[in-house]
Amino acid sequence: MKLQQNTRLALFSLLEFAADPQRQIPAAEIAQKYGVSSHHLAKVLAELSRVGMVQSVRGVGGGYRFIGNARRLTLMDVISRFEDVLPVEGNHSEATPVGRALASVLSEIDAIAKASMSSITLETMLRIVERQQAASAAPAAPKAKPSKH
Amino acid sequence: MSKTTPPDAASKRRTKAMAPAPAAVAPVRARTALSIRAVRHEDLDAVIEMDAMVTGIHKRDYWNSLYRRYADAVATGHHFLVATAGSEVIGFVIGEVRDWEFGSQPCGWVFAIDVRPDARLMGAATQLLQAICQRFRRAGVSKVRTLLARENTLILSFFRSQGMMISPFIPLEMDLEQ
Repeated sequence: MKLQQNTRLALFSLLEFAADPQRQIPAAEIAQKYGVSSHHLAKVLAELSRVGMVQSVRGVGGGYRFIGNARRLTLMDVISRFEDVLPVEGNHSEATPVGRALASVLSEIDAIAKASMSSITLETMLRIVERQQAASAAPAAPKAKPSKH
Repeated sequence: MSKTTPPDAASKRRTKAMAPAPAAVAPVRARTALSIRAVRHEDLDAVIEMDAMVTGIHKRDYWNSLYRRYADAVATGHHFLVATAGSEVIGFVIGEVRDWEFGSQPCGWVFAIDVRPDARLMGAATQLLQAICQRFRRAGVSKVRTLLARENTLILSFFRSQGMMISPFIPLEMDLEQ
């Protein structure tokens, strides 16, 4: 499953905000961290604000903060705001047996991706981030010698 | 190629679905400390009732059979634990250590977990899972697995929140009708 850039930006932003919900984070900070233009990010944040996932705070020290429920909001909730999430029943418009067979196999992959995205909340994502940070910080284990076959 | 050994009925069953939680948790239970212990025979009525809330079927014979196989079977790597709040049984978990199936190293399998709908959001399922994982660790395994329907987003989300990820195994099936 390949996500469009706006969707990825929405997920990056929400995870940054949800990691520290008390803090108002300027859009420029997110834009710099992920190497995108503030103008581009502003459109994404406007949509997240419109649907009530973040709140815009104006003035000095302003920015955005997370106002959703990180224990309930899933990746799929966010993704479906930014792109079409097709049903997983397969593409019945395929005219040929080969086309239908291929669509059937591809729909298996979509179904698994959809189930994953629908079951992972922002809170779970933040835990995965923490685990990966902890793993990166831990001293590297000695490399195993390659086994001979 | 991995060896594929058909599991017994217990591990073939999908992890049980948890029924939708009610809007509010009973405040009395919210203040009651939870404890986790091995199932006792007198707990079965509560477990059967809990299962019937989800499946709509009272399966007394099935649960009696499961009790005989899993209660007091720690030595064989079988675990049937309950969560209690005061004197009430509010949840259960069942699992076991299975060796070398599907070409895998010995690992723990959780094949049923449930918490009474009016006792959700108290951390009972988390404590049940932690308790059975602790027993798996003591048995010397370092991996725990489960299997459930991908439409079951409630319990999928629960297992995900506990750190479970997609495993390197893919479940497969086919229709046997001619």
